[in-house]
Amino acid sequence: MSEAHPAEPTEFTYVSSREATDLVALDDRYGLWIDGTFRTPTSKRYLTTVNPATEEPLAQVAEAGERDVDRAVRAARRAFETWGRLPGKERAKYLYRIARMLQERAREFAVLETLDGGKPIKESRDVDLPLVAAHFFYYAGWADKLEYAFPGIRPRPLGVAGQIIPWNFPMLMLAWKVAPALAAGNTVVLKPAETTPLTALAFAQLTAEAGLPPGVVNIVTGGGETGAALVRHPGVDKVAFTGSTEVGKLIQKAVAGTPKRLTLELGGKAPHVIFEDAPVDQAIEGVINGIFFNQGHVCCAGSRLFVQESIADRFVDKLKRRLSTLRVGDPLDKNTDIGAINSPEQLDKITELVDSGVEEGAEIYQPPCRLPERGYFFAPTLFTGVSQSHRIAQEEIFGPVLSIMTFRTPDEAVEKANNTPYGLSAGVWTTKGSRILWMADRLRAGVVWANTYNKFDPASPFGGYQESGFGREGGRHGLLPYLEGVPR
Amino acid sequence: MTTPAPLTLPVLGTHVTPQALRAYLEATPPVDEVAVHERVAALATRSIKRETKRYALDLAVRMTDLTTLEGRDTPGKVRQLAAKARRPDPTDPSIPPVAALCVYPAMVPAAVDALRGSGVKVAAVATYFPSGQAPLEVKLADTRAALAAGADEIDMVIDRGAFLAGDHMKVYEEIVAVREVCGSAHLKVILETGELVTFDNVRKASMLAMAAGADFIKTSTGKVAPAATRPVTLVMLEAIRDFAELTGIGVGMKPAGGIRTAKDAIRYLVLLYETLGSAWMTPDRFRFGASSLLNDLLMQIRWVRTGVYQRPDDFTKD
Repeated sequence: MSEAHPAEPTEFTYVSSREATDLVALDDRYGLWIDGTFRTPTSKRYLTTVNPATEEPLAQVAEAGERDVDRAVRAARRAFETWGRLPGKERAKYLYRIARMLQERAREFAVLETLDGGKPIKESRDVDLPLVAAHFFYYAGWADKLEYAFPGIRPRPLGVAGQIIPWNFPMLMLAWKVAPALAAGNTVVLKPAETTPLTALAFAQLTAEAGLPPGVVNIVTGGGETGAALVRHPGVDKVAFTGSTEVGKLIQKAVAGTPKRLTLELGGKAPHVIFEDAPVDQAIEGVINGIFFNQGHVCCAGSRLFVQESIADRFVDKLKRRLSTLRVGDPLDKNTDIGAINSPEQLDKITELVDSGVEEGAEIYQPPCRLPERGYFFAPTLFTGVSQSHRIAQEEIFGPVLSIMTFRTPDEAVEKANNTPYGLSAGVWTTKGSRILWMADRLRAGVVWANTYNKFDPASPFGGYQESGFGREGGRHGLLPYLEGVPR
Repeated sequence: MTTPAPLTLPVLGTHVTPQALRAYLEATPPVDEVAVHERVAALATRSIKRETKRYALDLAVRMTDLTTLEGRDTPGKVRQLAAKARRPDPTDPSIPPVAALCVYPAMVPAAVDALRGSGVKVAAVATYFPSGQAPLEVKLADTRAALAAGADEIDMVIDRGAFLAGDHMKVYEEIVAVREVCGSAHLKVILETGELVTFDNVRKASMLAMAAGADFIKTSTGKVAPAATRPVTLVMLEAIRDFAELTGIGVGMKPAGGIRTAKDAIRYLVLLYETLGSAWMTPDRFRFGASSLLNDLLMQIRWVRTGVYQRPDDFTKD
């Protein structure tokens, strides 16, 4: 008996509890998903996608060139001729079927998302995939009700949507883009991020199993060049992009002077404001979730913390203590809170900005934690003594790094919170209902969370102000970018 | 009422005024109920496997206050339960004894007799348990009787009526008075969270009980629904954490009532571990007040050791 369990622990700790990966079957090499089947890229070029937690290669994926993108757009155009004319209730059937199949295969997609992207399995399992299915269900419900969505307007689909998504929530961003586009009667050419193409390719296969007509969803993998080719293509009627502000600006220039519609969901540097009457222990959890969810690779991450000066010392002490309980490591371990940084490039960017914070005189705090020797990891990090003028208070770090500042009055909190080129999201913690409303009126952000953070729902529109972009995804608003209105 | 004799109180000093007590309680941060439920739900997904699970199950046995609190309790029933407390699984001597046997004061002599030499403590519910609706003198007499009969630990109830009426001073003074009577005996203070209802009340009552000298704070009598829940336990653990920061004193926690499965018990241990850390993972600082939980723990222990699922009738019902 003693041999069966040799080393009994002498205290309570979590032993590794790794999610099995045998549900996931990967090909060595993937073509481009065009017209309902995988095709060899005419570019003859392939990229290797790696597991950021181990640095091991997972698969090769095609790098679509100009001609490949053209084939995909043409396939989408052909499919639009029938898909766009299909009655809404018929389109809804496909979307409902896709949603159900995503639920059935949620575990497989979650594991693949974690392998390719580095996010903790508990998040891909409990957050990403449930929201993915929810988005398809939600927009499936709109497909036959578009006539009622916008009174006085007879809505029509636009045609072919060229969609470019980021690496932080690969499947969720796919769902945000594909579900409303298809519900509205458009067909799509989607380019997943260079470092996280695999779930999109698995999704492509799923659409075939769901019987979706060929060409309605096309997936072109590749890097920036592929994305640029998609944006430039004259057969694209609408461009939807989620990613960095820098690339967003390039896209806006590229579509200027064309009839293409454009929506951009870009960066953020969200303020998270803690008043002295906040429910302190719950606010701590909100702050932790706000900045460390998905390693901080979140456009709406609450990366600037403003704490009312009267409680700042105590709050920061509690935050430091909480940081030491975060479990950083193997993303497949079900008890991991912070997984791997998505790529070496992103790790370099985080490291560079953190170094700048130290150089500019902010005080850094990282809890003692052992990072895995292989893979790309970064310890959860706090900065105190941060000034508005520091780079870490201005630039989006997109990593597990929180800049902490203080304020004295509500006016000052608003002024500092709005002092940013961005405006995607904001958080407020106070027990005064009136103050929540007062703040929400004044904060320039597309989403304001009160006494919570990072709450997503397909029925709720999401999008930004200023350099965080324009257009809304989610809810009835999320249909608008994929429709044009003809007056009745 | 008579003012209790001065006691060295950790937070409030020796001469506590109602004003000082009010200021102390008003410094208690508010609690957001929705966020508490979310945190508890998130921690319920922690995956406890293999060695950790074996350790947790064993620890949960050692933390159990095996309880019988019924009007029909008899010395015979108490003796049976005491045998279970000493050796929870007669077929497996490696299973440790539980922490304590929790009974009414009248049953203390039988419990003391049956547990002699076992290391299992005798806990008595006192102070006009479960309602606490009696004059202080009666409550103190109840406590003295239990101690005189040999109880090692006293589980007292607070005056919820006084608390809800805002008379915090009365609640405080009663705990102080019972504390004095207890001397070195271990004092657990039952808040009866099912009657306090809001988490703000629970947190305040926790801070109040700890300031008055509780060794442990305990959720429930088991006579009011809901009894212990994980959300209410988290709120109390966070109060314990604040109190430890404030005073350096580590107060224990006892959720009681409604905890019936090993799975649930392990989720309580996860809350404890994530909120207060390793220093609290001991029967000196955490107890489960339960009766049917023990057999489920035994069933799970045998399953993790042998890989064979067990029948409920493989374990003794006492």
